[in-house]
Amino acid sequence: MSILVYIEHADGAVKKTSLEALSYAKALAEKEGKEVTAVALGTIDQGALAKAGSAGAAKVLQVEDDKLNAGIIQAHANVVAQAFEKVGADTLVLAKSSLGDAVAARLTIKLNAGLVSNVVALPETDGGYKVKRSIYTGKAFAYSEITTANKILAVKKNAVALKVDGADAPVEKLEVTLSDSDFAAKITSTDKATDEISLPEADIIVSGGRGMKGPENWNLIEDLAKAMGAATGCSKPVSDSGWRPHHEHVGQTGVKVAPSLYVAVGISGAIQHLAGVNASKYIVVINKDPEAPFFKAADYGIVGDAFEVLPKLTEAVKAIK
Amino acid sequence: MKILVCITHVPDTTSKIQFTDNNTQFDKTGVQFIIGPYDDYALARAVELRDQTSGSLTVLNVGEAETEPTLRKALAIGADEAIRVNAFPSDSLFVANQIAHYAKEGGYDLILMGRESIDFNGGMVHGMVAEMLGMPSISPVMKLDLEGETAKLAREIEGGKEYLEVNLPFVAGCQEPIAEWKIPNMRGIMSARTKPLNVVEAVSEDAATKTISYELPPAKGAVKLIDKDNVEELVQLLQNEAKVL
Repeated sequence: MSILVYIEHADGAVKKTSLEALSYAKALAEKEGKEVTAVALGTIDQGALAKAGSAGAAKVLQVEDDKLNAGIIQAHANVVAQAFEKVGADTLVLAKSSLGDAVAARLTIKLNAGLVSNVVALPETDGGYKVKRSIYTGKAFAYSEITTANKILAVKKNAVALKVDGADAPVEKLEVTLSDSDFAAKITSTDKATDEISLPEADIIVSGGRGMKGPENWNLIEDLAKAMGAATGCSKPVSDSGWRPHHEHVGQTGVKVAPSLYVAVGISGAIQHLAGVNASKYIVVINKDPEAPFFKAADYGIVGDAFEVLPKLTEAVKAIK
Repeated sequence: MKILVCITHVPDTTSKIQFTDNNTQFDKTGVQFIIGPYDDYALARAVELRDQTSGSLTVLNVGEAETEPTLRKALAIGADEAIRVNAFPSDSLFVANQIAHYAKEGGYDLILMGRESIDFNGGMVHGMVAEMLGMPSISPVMKLDLEGETAKLAREIEGGKEYLEVNLPFVAGCQEPIAEWKIPNMRGIMSARTKPLNVVEAVSEDAATKTISYELPPAKGAVKLIDKDNVEELVQLLQNEAKVL
Protein backbone atom coordinates (compact mmCIF):
# COMPACT_ATOMS: atom_id res chain seq x y z
CA MET A 1 0.00 0.00 0.00
CA SER A 2 1.03 3.50 -0.69
CA ILE A 3 0.45 6.97 0.70
CA LEU A 4 0.11 9.55 -2.05
CA VAL A 5 1.13 13.16 -1.36
CA TYR A 6 -0.15 15.98 -3.60
CA ILE A 7 2.65 18.53 -3.72
CA GLU A 8 2.33 22.15 -4.72
CA HIS A 9 5.19 24.16 -6.15
CA ALA A 10 5.91 27.81 -6.72
CA ASP A 11 8.59 29.37 -8.91
CA GLY A 12 10.34 26.05 -9.42
CA ALA A 13 10.48 24.93 -5.79
CA VAL A 14 8.28 22.54 -3.84
CA LYS A 15 6.38 24.62 -1.27
CA LYS A 16 7.48 24.34 2.34
CA THR A 17 3.96 23.36 3.37
CA SER A 18 4.08 20.47 0.88
CA LEU A 19 7.46 19.40 2.29
CA GLU A 20 5.80 19.36 5.73
CA ALA A 21 3.01 17.18 4.29
CA LEU A 22 5.72 14.84 2.96
CA SER A 23 7.39 14.65 6.39
CA TYR A 24 4.00 13.87 7.91
CA ALA A 25 3.31 11.19 5.28
CA LYS A 26 6.72 9.62 5.85
CA ALA A 27 6.11 9.32 9.60
CA LEU A 28 2.67 7.84 8.86
CA ALA A 29 4.13 5.43 6.29
CA GLU A 30 6.71 4.21 8.81
CA LYS A 31 3.96 3.62 11.34
CA GLU A 32 1.81 1.70 8.86
CA GLY A 33 4.52 -0.06 6.85
CA LYS A 34 3.72 1.81 3.64
CA GLU A 35 5.59 3.78 1.00
CA VAL A 36 5.27 7.48 0.14
CA THR A 37 4.76 8.59 -3.46
CA ALA A 38 4.47 12.27 -4.36
CA VAL A 39 2.54 13.62 -7.32
CA ALA A 40 3.43 16.97 -8.93
CA LEU A 41 1.43 18.67 -11.67
CA GLY A 42 2.75 20.93 -14.39
CA THR A 43 6.10 21.82 -15.89
CA ILE A 44 8.75 21.93 -13.20
CA ASP A 45 12.48 21.28 -13.12
CA GLN A 46 13.18 17.60 -12.35
CA GLY A 47 16.03 18.49 -10.02
CA ALA A 48 13.66 20.58 -7.91
CA LEU A 49 11.12 17.76 -7.89
CA ALA A 50 13.74 15.20 -6.86
CA LYS A 51 14.17 17.25 -3.66
CA ALA A 52 10.79 15.91 -2.55
CA GLY A 53 12.79 12.77 -1.73
CA SER A 54 14.64 14.72 0.91
CA ALA A 55 11.42 15.22 2.88
CA GLY A 56 10.20 11.65 2.53
CA ALA A 57 9.00 10.71 -0.95
CA ALA A 58 10.34 7.38 -2.26
CA LYS A 59 9.23 8.37 -5.74
CA VAL A 60 7.78 11.41 -7.50
CA LEU A 61 5.19 11.14 -10.27
CA GLN A 62 5.12 14.12 -12.56
CA VAL A 63 2.25 14.92 -14.86
CA GLU A 64 3.97 17.27 -17.26
CA ASP A 65 1.34 19.36 -18.99
CA ASP A 66 1.51 23.15 -19.36
CA LYS A 67 -2.21 23.39 -18.80
CA LEU A 68 -1.73 22.07 -15.27
CA ASN A 69 0.59 24.92 -14.27
CA ALA A 70 -2.47 26.90 -13.27
CA GLY A 71 -4.44 25.53 -10.36
CA ILE A 72 -7.63 24.53 -12.17
CA ILE A 73 -9.36 22.62 -9.42
CA GLN A 74 -11.29 20.07 -11.52
CA ALA A 75 -8.25 19.15 -13.61
CA HIS A 76 -5.98 18.79 -10.57
CA ALA A 77 -8.52 16.63 -8.75
CA ASN A 78 -8.92 14.41 -11.79
CA VAL A 79 -5.16 13.91 -12.15
CA VAL A 80 -4.64 13.15 -8.47
CA ALA A 81 -7.48 10.61 -8.54
CA GLN A 82 -5.76 8.81 -11.42
CA ALA A 83 -2.40 8.87 -9.62
CA PHE A 84 -4.07 7.53 -6.46
CA GLU A 85 -5.42 4.55 -8.36
CA LYS A 86 -2.19 4.00 -10.28
CA VAL A 87 -0.04 3.65 -7.14
CA GLY A 88 -2.69 1.66 -5.26
CA ALA A 89 -2.91 4.23 -2.48
CA ASP A 90 -5.44 4.22 0.33
CA THR A 91 -4.37 7.53 1.91
CA LEU A 92 -3.87 10.96 0.37
CA VAL A 93 -1.90 13.54 2.33
CA LEU A 94 -1.68 17.19 1.30
CA ALA A 95 -0.97 20.59 2.80
CA LYS A 96 -3.99 22.65 3.78
CA SER A 97 -4.07 25.59 1.36
CA SER A 98 -6.64 27.35 -0.80
CA LEU A 99 -5.86 25.07 -3.72
CA GLY A 100 -5.26 21.96 -1.60
CA ASP A 101 -8.65 22.32 0.12
CA ALA A 102 -10.48 22.77 -3.14
CA VAL A 103 -8.77 19.78 -4.79
CA ALA A 104 -9.20 17.56 -1.72
CA ALA A 105 -12.92 18.34 -1.52
CA ARG A 106 -13.55 17.00 -5.03
CA LEU A 107 -11.36 13.98 -4.31
CA THR A 108 -13.47 12.91 -1.33
CA ILE A 109 -16.26 12.18 -3.81
CA LYS A 110 -14.05 10.72 -6.58
CA LEU A 111 -12.26 8.38 -4.16
CA ASN A 112 -15.18 7.78 -1.81
CA ALA A 113 -12.87 8.94 0.96
CA GLY A 114 -13.33 10.42 4.41
CA LEU A 115 -11.46 13.66 4.88
CA VAL A 116 -10.08 15.49 7.87
CA SER A 117 -8.71 19.01 7.38
CA ASN A 118 -6.37 21.10 9.56
CA VAL A 119 -4.68 17.93 10.83
CA VAL A 120 -2.13 18.61 13.58
CA ALA A 121 -0.91 15.11 14.60
CA LEU A 122 -0.48 11.57 13.31
CA PRO A 123 -3.64 9.44 13.49
CA GLU A 124 -4.35 7.29 16.53
CA THR A 125 -5.27 3.86 15.23
CA ASP A 126 -6.15 1.88 18.37
CA GLY A 127 -9.81 1.05 17.84
CA GLY A 128 -10.64 3.30 14.89
CA TYR A 129 -8.74 5.89 12.85
CA LYS A 130 -8.82 9.05 14.94
CA VAL A 131 -7.24 12.27 13.70
CA LYS A 132 -6.57 15.40 15.75
CA ARG A 133 -7.59 18.58 13.96
CA SER A 134 -7.58 22.28 14.77
CA ILE A 135 -11.09 23.82 14.89
CA TYR A 136 -12.75 27.15 15.79
CA THR A 137 -9.92 28.98 14.02
CA GLY A 138 -7.30 27.58 16.37
CA LYS A 139 -9.32 28.03 19.57
CA ALA A 140 -9.84 24.25 20.07
CA PHE A 141 -9.05 20.78 18.77
CA ALA A 142 -11.31 17.89 17.77
CA TYR A 143 -10.62 14.19 17.40
CA SER A 144 -12.43 12.99 14.29
CA GLU A 145 -12.73 9.36 13.28
CA ILE A 146 -12.60 8.50 9.59
CA THR A 147 -14.93 5.59 8.86
CA THR A 148 -14.12 4.97 5.18
CA ALA A 149 -11.37 2.75 3.70
CA ASN A 150 -9.83 5.60 1.69
CA LYS A 151 -8.62 8.55 3.72
CA ILE A 152 -7.59 12.13 2.98
CA LEU A 153 -5.60 14.19 5.49
CA ALA A 154 -5.00 17.92 4.93
CA VAL A 155 -2.11 18.92 7.21
CA LYS A 156 -2.08 22.33 8.89
CA LYS A 157 0.95 24.51 8.28
CA ASN A 158 3.68 24.39 10.96
CA ALA A 159 1.83 21.58 12.79
CA VAL A 160 4.49 18.98 11.99
CA ALA A 161 8.24 19.35 12.09
CA LEU A 162 9.89 19.39 8.69
CA LYS A 163 12.52 16.63 8.41
CA VAL A 164 14.88 16.62 5.47
CA ASP A 165 17.71 14.15 4.91
CA GLY A 166 19.22 15.23 1.59
CA ALA A 167 18.09 12.17 -0.39
CA ASP A 168 16.78 12.68 -3.92
CA ALA A 169 13.80 10.74 -5.22
CA PRO A 170 13.48 9.31 -8.74
CA VAL A 171 11.03 11.30 -10.90
CA GLU A 172 8.76 9.33 -13.23
CA LYS A 173 6.40 10.71 -15.84
CA LEU A 174 2.76 9.81 -15.36
CA GLU A 175 0.33 9.73 -18.26
CA VAL A 176 -3.22 10.72 -17.43
CA THR A 177 -6.43 11.30 -19.35
CA LEU A 178 -7.97 14.75 -19.18
CA SER A 179 -10.93 16.16 -21.05
CA ASP A 180 -12.01 19.68 -22.00
CA SER A 181 -14.60 19.70 -19.22
CA ASP A 182 -11.75 19.52 -16.68
CA PHE A 183 -10.70 22.94 -17.93
CA ALA A 184 -14.15 24.55 -17.92
CA ALA A 185 -12.82 27.32 -15.67
CA LYS A 186 -10.19 29.30 -17.58
CA ILE A 187 -7.53 31.47 -16.01
CA THR A 188 -7.28 34.70 -18.00
CA SER A 189 -4.54 36.51 -16.07
CA THR A 190 -2.57 36.58 -12.85
CA ASP A 191 -1.63 39.55 -10.73
CA LYS A 192 1.16 38.51 -8.42
CA ALA A 193 3.68 40.42 -6.37
CA THR A 194 6.79 38.42 -7.18
CA ASP A 195 9.40 40.18 -5.06
CA GLU A 196 7.62 39.63 -1.76
CA ILE A 197 7.73 36.69 0.62
CA SER A 198 4.31 35.04 0.49
CA LEU A 199 2.40 35.50 3.76
CA PRO A 200 1.03 31.96 4.17
CA GLU A 201 4.52 30.57 3.56
CA ALA A 202 6.48 33.04 5.67
CA ASP A 203 8.36 31.93 8.76
CA ILE A 204 8.48 35.44 10.22
CA ILE A 205 5.83 38.13 9.69
CA VAL A 206 5.93 41.81 10.68
CA SER A 207 2.44 43.35 10.64
CA GLY A 208 1.31 46.92 11.07
CA GLY A 209 -1.99 48.33 12.26
CA ARG A 210 -3.71 51.68 12.55
CA GLY A 211 -1.04 52.72 15.04
CA MET A 212 1.26 53.25 12.04
CA LYS A 213 -0.91 56.30 11.26
CA GLY A 214 -0.64 56.11 7.45
CA PRO A 215 0.82 54.25 4.45
CA GLU A 216 3.69 56.75 4.28
CA ASN A 217 5.13 55.22 7.45
CA TRP A 218 5.21 51.65 6.14
CA ASN A 219 8.94 51.90 5.44
CA LEU A 220 9.43 51.35 9.20
CA ILE A 221 7.55 48.02 8.97
CA GLU A 222 9.38 47.07 5.77
CA ASP A 223 12.81 47.90 7.23
CA LEU A 224 12.25 45.63 10.23
CA ALA A 225 10.82 42.90 7.97
CA LYS A 226 13.85 43.15 5.69
CA ALA A 227 16.26 42.92 8.62
CA MET A 228 14.41 39.84 9.93
CA GLY A 229 13.89 38.20 6.52
CA ALA A 230 10.17 38.49 7.12
CA ALA A 231 6.99 38.99 5.11
CA THR A 232 4.81 42.01 5.84
CA GLY A 233 1.16 41.95 6.84
CA CYS A 234 -1.47 44.33 8.15
CA SER A 235 -4.70 44.47 10.12
CA LYS A 236 -8.17 44.75 8.54
CA PRO A 237 -8.66 48.51 9.08
CA VAL A 238 -5.37 49.09 7.28
CA SER A 239 -6.38 47.12 4.17
CA ASP A 240 -9.92 48.52 4.36
CA SER A 241 -8.55 52.06 4.19
CA GLY A 242 -6.39 51.10 1.22
CA TRP A 243 -3.06 51.71 2.98
CA ARG A 244 -1.99 48.18 2.04
CA PRO A 245 -3.29 45.63 -0.51
CA HIS A 246 -5.96 43.16 0.57
CA HIS A 247 -3.69 40.11 0.24
CA GLU A 248 -1.62 41.46 3.16
CA HIS A 249 -4.65 41.52 5.48
CA VAL A 250 -4.05 39.01 8.28
CA GLY A 251 -7.06 37.87 10.26
CA GLN A 252 -10.25 35.88 10.48
CA THR A 253 -11.55 36.94 7.07
CA GLY A 254 -8.15 37.64 5.54
CA VAL A 255 -5.05 35.48 5.43
CA LYS A 256 -4.62 33.08 8.33
CA VAL A 257 -0.98 32.63 9.19
CA ALA A 258 1.12 30.28 11.28
CA PRO A 259 4.69 31.62 11.30
CA SER A 260 7.37 30.89 13.89
CA LEU A 261 7.38 34.57 14.81
CA TYR A 262 4.60 37.16 14.41
CA VAL A 263 5.48 40.77 15.21
CA ALA A 264 2.42 43.03 15.59
CA VAL A 265 3.09 46.76 15.57
CA GLY A 266 0.36 49.26 16.44
CA ILE A 267 -2.35 46.57 16.29
CA SER A 268 -4.68 46.51 19.28
CA GLY A 269 -5.60 42.84 18.82
CA ALA A 270 -9.26 42.65 17.84
CA ILE A 271 -10.57 39.12 18.21
CA GLN A 272 -10.83 38.78 14.41
CA HIS A 273 -7.15 39.60 14.07
CA LEU A 274 -6.17 37.20 16.86
CA ALA A 275 -8.13 34.43 15.13
CA GLY A 276 -5.84 34.81 12.13
CA VAL A 277 -2.57 34.69 14.06
CA ASN A 278 -3.12 32.47 17.07
CA ALA A 279 -1.36 29.55 15.40
CA SER A 280 1.91 31.53 15.46
CA LYS A 281 4.63 29.92 17.58
CA TYR A 282 5.77 33.22 19.14
CA ILE A 283 4.04 36.60 19.14
CA VAL A 284 5.71 39.95 19.81
CA VAL A 285 3.47 42.97 20.38
CA ILE A 286 4.62 46.58 20.16
CA ASN A 287 1.94 49.08 21.18
CA LYS A 288 1.93 52.34 23.09
CA ASP A 289 -1.32 51.36 24.85
CA PRO A 290 -0.45 49.02 27.74
CA GLU A 291 -4.13 47.96 27.83
CA ALA A 292 -4.13 46.70 24.21
CA PRO A 293 -5.78 43.25 24.29
CA PHE A 294 -3.03 41.86 22.05
CA PHE A 295 -0.61 41.84 25.01
CA LYS A 296 -2.67 39.00 26.51
CA ALA A 297 -1.93 36.83 23.47
CA ALA A 298 1.73 37.85 23.22
CA ASP A 299 4.86 36.05 24.38
CA TYR A 300 6.95 39.23 24.39
CA GLY A 301 5.82 42.83 24.46
CA ILE A 302 7.12 46.36 24.35
CA VAL A 303 4.93 49.21 25.57
CA GLY A 304 6.10 52.13 23.48
CA ASP A 305 5.65 54.33 20.43
CA ALA A 306 6.22 52.37 17.21
CA PHE A 307 7.96 55.36 15.65
CA GLU A 308 10.60 55.29 18.39
CA VAL A 309 10.84 51.53 18.91
CA LEU A 310 10.93 50.28 15.29
CA PRO A 311 14.13 52.04 14.10
CA LYS A 312 15.98 50.92 17.24
CA LEU A 313 14.69 47.36 16.90
CA THR A 314 15.67 47.22 13.22
CA GLU A 315 19.21 48.32 14.11
CA ALA A 316 19.40 45.75 16.92
CA VAL A 317 18.32 42.96 14.56
CA LYS A 318 20.82 44.07 11.93
CA ALA A 319 23.56 43.98 14.57
CA ILE A 320 23.13 40.23 15.14
CA LYS A 321 22.71 39.24 11.49
CA MET B 1 -31.06 33.80 -12.82
CA LYS B 2 -31.62 31.35 -9.96
CA ILE B 3 -29.13 31.67 -7.14
CA LEU B 4 -28.66 29.34 -4.18
CA VAL B 5 -26.64 30.55 -1.18
CA CYS B 6 -25.71 28.00 1.48
CA ILE B 7 -25.07 29.43 4.92
CA THR B 8 -23.66 28.07 8.15
CA HIS B 9 -24.97 28.81 11.65
CA VAL B 10 -21.86 29.34 13.74
CA PRO B 11 -20.77 30.83 17.08
CA ASP B 12 -19.92 34.53 16.90
CA THR B 13 -16.18 35.13 16.42
CA THR B 14 -15.87 36.56 19.92
CA SER B 15 -17.37 33.45 21.59
CA LYS B 16 -15.45 31.67 24.28
CA ILE B 17 -15.18 28.06 23.13
CA GLN B 18 -15.95 25.47 25.81
CA PHE B 19 -17.10 21.85 25.89
CA THR B 20 -19.31 19.79 28.20
CA ASP B 21 -20.10 16.12 28.84
CA ASN B 22 -16.50 15.09 29.28
CA ASN B 23 -15.39 17.14 26.26
CA THR B 24 -17.81 15.48 23.85
CA GLN B 25 -20.34 18.32 23.32
CA PHE B 26 -19.98 21.98 22.36
CA ASP B 27 -21.14 24.21 25.22
CA LYS B 28 -23.71 26.66 23.83
CA THR B 29 -24.13 28.53 27.13
CA GLY B 30 -23.97 32.27 26.48
CA VAL B 31 -22.94 31.78 22.85
CA GLN B 32 -24.51 33.92 20.17
CA PHE B 33 -24.90 32.28 16.77
CA ILE B 34 -24.48 34.17 13.50
CA ILE B 35 -24.39 33.61 9.73
CA GLY B 36 -20.83 32.40 8.97
CA PRO B 37 -18.80 35.54 8.12
CA TYR B 38 -17.65 34.17 4.75
CA ASP B 39 -21.23 33.08 3.96
CA ASP B 40 -22.31 36.65 4.72
CA TYR B 41 -20.05 37.85 1.89
CA ALA B 42 -21.56 35.26 -0.48
CA LEU B 43 -25.07 36.33 0.50
CA ALA B 44 -24.31 40.03 0.06
CA ARG B 45 -23.01 39.49 -3.49
CA ALA B 46 -25.93 37.18 -4.30
CA VAL B 47 -28.44 39.88 -3.30
CA GLU B 48 -26.73 42.31 -5.72
CA LEU B 49 -26.65 39.77 -8.56
CA ARG B 50 -30.28 38.82 -7.98
CA ASP B 51 -31.26 42.50 -8.17
CA GLN B 52 -29.22 43.01 -11.36
CA THR B 53 -30.75 40.01 -13.11
CA SER B 54 -34.26 40.16 -11.64
CA GLY B 55 -33.68 36.60 -10.55
CA SER B 56 -34.49 34.62 -7.44
CA LEU B 57 -32.38 33.98 -4.37
CA THR B 58 -32.82 30.95 -2.13
CA VAL B 59 -30.84 30.56 1.07
CA LEU B 60 -30.26 27.11 2.56
CA ASN B 61 -28.95 25.81 5.85
CA VAL B 62 -28.52 22.25 7.04
CA GLY B 63 -29.45 22.42 10.70
CA GLU B 64 -31.95 21.80 13.44
CA ALA B 65 -34.80 24.16 14.41
CA GLU B 66 -32.44 26.44 16.38
CA THR B 67 -30.92 27.75 13.11
CA GLU B 68 -34.17 29.39 11.96
CA PRO B 69 -33.35 32.85 13.38
CA THR B 70 -30.15 32.75 11.30
CA LEU B 71 -32.18 31.91 8.18
CA ARG B 72 -34.67 34.71 9.03
CA LYS B 73 -31.73 37.11 9.17
CA ALA B 74 -30.68 36.00 5.68
CA LEU B 75 -34.25 36.67 4.50
CA ALA B 76 -34.08 40.12 6.10
CA ILE B 77 -30.82 40.78 4.24
CA GLY B 78 -32.56 40.01 0.97
CA ALA B 79 -33.06 36.30 0.21
CA ASP B 80 -36.48 35.52 -1.31
CA GLU B 81 -37.02 32.19 0.39
CA ALA B 82 -35.25 29.98 2.91
CA ILE B 83 -34.83 26.24 3.13
CA ARG B 84 -33.83 24.42 6.28
CA VAL B 85 -32.75 20.84 5.77
CA ASN B 86 -33.81 19.40 9.08
CA ALA B 87 -30.71 17.58 10.35
CA PHE B 88 -27.70 18.02 12.58
CA PRO B 89 -24.78 18.87 10.23
CA SER B 90 -22.62 15.97 11.35
CA ASP B 91 -19.77 16.32 8.84
CA SER B 92 -18.90 18.14 5.62
CA LEU B 93 -19.81 15.18 3.38
CA PHE B 94 -23.22 14.88 5.00
CA VAL B 95 -23.87 18.61 4.53
CA ALA B 96 -22.64 18.53 0.92
CA ASN B 97 -24.94 15.58 0.20
CA GLN B 98 -27.96 17.49 1.46
CA ILE B 99 -27.08 20.61 -0.56
CA ALA B 100 -26.38 18.65 -3.75
CA HIS B 101 -29.60 16.67 -3.40
CA TYR B 102 -31.63 19.86 -2.97
CA ALA B 103 -29.77 21.80 -5.69
CA LYS B 104 -30.15 19.00 -8.25
CA GLU B 105 -33.89 19.55 -8.31
CA GLY B 106 -33.67 23.35 -8.36
CA GLY B 107 -31.78 24.07 -11.58
CA TYR B 108 -29.65 26.80 -10.01
CA ASP B 109 -27.37 28.92 -12.22
CA LEU B 110 -25.11 29.85 -9.37
CA ILE B 111 -24.39 28.16 -6.03
CA LEU B 112 -22.50 30.37 -3.60
CA MET B 113 -21.25 29.86 -0.06
CA GLY B 114 -18.40 31.04 2.14
CA ARG B 115 -14.90 29.69 1.52
CA GLU B 116 -15.12 27.89 4.87
CA SER B 117 -17.16 27.78 8.06
CA ILE B 118 -15.60 29.34 11.15
CA ASP B 119 -16.37 26.36 13.39
CA PHE B 120 -14.72 23.41 11.66
CA ASN B 121 -12.77 25.51 9.11
CA GLY B 122 -12.73 22.66 6.60
CA GLY B 123 -13.41 24.68 3.45
CA MET B 124 -14.60 21.52 1.75
CA VAL B 125 -18.35 21.73 1.18
CA HIS B 126 -18.30 23.84 -2.01
CA GLY B 127 -15.88 21.47 -3.74
CA MET B 128 -17.85 18.41 -2.68
CA VAL B 129 -21.15 19.88 -3.91
CA ALA B 130 -19.57 20.82 -7.26
CA GLU B 131 -18.14 17.34 -7.73
CA MET B 132 -21.49 15.74 -6.87
CA LEU B 133 -23.26 17.98 -9.39
CA GLY B 134 -20.52 17.72 -12.04
CA MET B 135 -19.95 21.50 -12.01
CA PRO B 136 -16.74 23.56 -11.90
CA SER B 137 -15.78 24.86 -8.45
CA ILE B 138 -13.81 28.02 -7.74
CA SER B 139 -12.48 29.21 -4.40
CA PRO B 140 -11.67 31.53 -2.69
CA VAL B 141 -13.53 34.04 -4.85
CA MET B 142 -12.98 37.77 -4.16
CA LYS B 143 -14.82 39.20 -7.17
CA LEU B 144 -17.71 37.84 -9.22
CA ASP B 145 -19.38 39.61 -12.15
CA LEU B 146 -21.79 38.19 -14.69
CA GLU B 147 -21.79 38.85 -18.44
CA GLY B 148 -24.66 36.80 -19.79
CA GLU B 149 -23.89 33.13 -19.27
CA THR B 150 -20.26 33.82 -18.42
CA ALA B 151 -18.91 34.77 -15.02
CA LYS B 152 -15.73 36.76 -14.55
CA LEU B 153 -14.05 36.06 -11.25
CA ALA B 154 -10.97 36.89 -9.25
CA ARG B 155 -9.70 34.44 -6.69
CA GLU B 156 -7.02 34.85 -4.09
CA ILE B 157 -3.75 33.01 -4.59
CA GLU B 158 -0.71 33.26 -2.38
CA GLY B 159 0.68 36.77 -2.79
CA GLY B 160 -1.86 37.97 -5.32
CA LYS B 161 -4.92 37.37 -7.44
CA GLU B 162 -5.88 35.21 -10.37
CA TYR B 163 -8.61 36.17 -12.87
CA LEU B 164 -10.87 33.48 -14.30
CA GLU B 165 -13.79 32.97 -16.61
CA VAL B 166 -16.31 30.21 -16.34
CA ASN B 167 -19.73 29.51 -17.80
CA LEU B 168 -22.78 29.03 -15.61
CA PRO B 169 -23.63 26.95 -13.67
CA PHE B 170 -20.82 26.62 -11.13
CA VAL B 171 -20.14 26.57 -7.39
CA ALA B 172 -18.04 29.21 -5.65
CA GLY B 173 -16.57 29.57 -2.17
CA CYS B 174 -16.52 33.31 -1.41
CA GLN B 175 -14.59 35.72 0.78
CA GLU B 176 -14.09 39.45 1.09
CA PRO B 177 -14.02 41.84 -0.71
CA ILE B 178 -16.62 40.26 -3.04
CA ALA B 179 -19.26 42.60 -1.55
CA GLU B 180 -19.88 44.70 1.54
CA TRP B 181 -21.82 42.89 4.26
CA LYS B 182 -25.45 43.96 4.22
CA ILE B 183 -27.18 44.93 7.43
CA PRO B 184 -30.92 44.21 7.46
CA ASN B 185 -33.05 47.36 7.46
CA MET B 186 -36.48 47.67 9.07
CA ARG B 187 -38.28 46.91 5.82
CA GLY B 188 -36.16 43.79 5.36
CA ILE B 189 -36.81 42.64 8.91
CA MET B 190 -40.57 43.15 8.52
CA SER B 191 -40.76 41.40 5.16
CA ALA B 192 -38.61 38.49 6.40
CA ARG B 193 -41.48 37.52 8.71
CA THR B 194 -43.74 36.71 5.80
CA LYS B 195 -41.22 35.21 3.40
CA PRO B 196 -41.37 31.40 3.10
CA LEU B 197 -39.09 29.33 5.33
CA ASN B 198 -39.59 25.73 4.27
CA VAL B 199 -38.35 22.75 6.21
CA VAL B 200 -37.34 19.68 4.24
CA GLU B 201 -36.25 16.37 5.67
CA ALA B 202 -32.69 15.18 5.14
CA VAL B 203 -31.92 12.49 2.59
CA SER B 204 -30.34 9.59 4.40
CA GLU B 205 -26.70 9.60 3.47
CA ASP B 206 -23.88 8.33 5.63
CA ALA B 207 -21.19 10.67 6.87
CA ALA B 208 -17.55 9.69 6.30
CA THR B 209 -16.22 11.04 9.59
CA LYS B 210 -17.50 11.45 13.12
CA THR B 211 -16.17 13.68 15.84
CA ILE B 212 -15.40 11.74 18.99
CA SER B 213 -14.16 14.41 21.39
CA TYR B 214 -12.81 17.92 21.80
CA GLU B 215 -9.84 19.47 23.56
CA LEU B 216 -8.79 23.01 24.46
CA PRO B 217 -5.22 24.18 23.88
CA PRO B 218 -3.06 24.75 26.97
CA ALA B 219 -3.46 28.20 28.55
CA LYS B 220 -1.09 30.87 27.32
CA GLY B 221 1.59 32.07 29.76
CA ALA B 222 1.88 35.74 30.70
CA VAL B 223 3.56 38.17 28.32
CA LYS B 224 7.20 39.01 29.04
CA LEU B 225 7.44 42.82 28.90
CA ILE B 226 10.67 44.43 27.75
CA ASP B 227 11.59 48.06 28.36
CA LYS B 228 11.25 50.24 25.24
CA ASP B 229 14.74 51.59 25.78
CA ASN B 230 16.24 48.11 25.80
CA VAL B 231 15.15 46.57 22.50
CA GLU B 232 18.44 44.61 22.41
CA GLU B 233 16.98 42.44 25.16
CA LEU B 234 14.04 41.51 22.91
CA VAL B 235 16.38 40.57 20.07
CA GLN B 236 18.46 38.49 22.46
CA LEU B 237 15.34 36.67 23.76
CA LEU B 238 14.10 35.99 20.25
CA GLN B 239 17.50 34.66 19.31
CA ASN B 240 18.40 32.60 22.37
CA GLU B 241 15.17 31.79 24.21
CA ALA B 242 12.58 31.48 21.42
CA LYS B 243 15.25 30.61 18.82
CA VAL B 244 13.28 32.23 16.02
CA LEU B 245 15.85 34.75 14.76
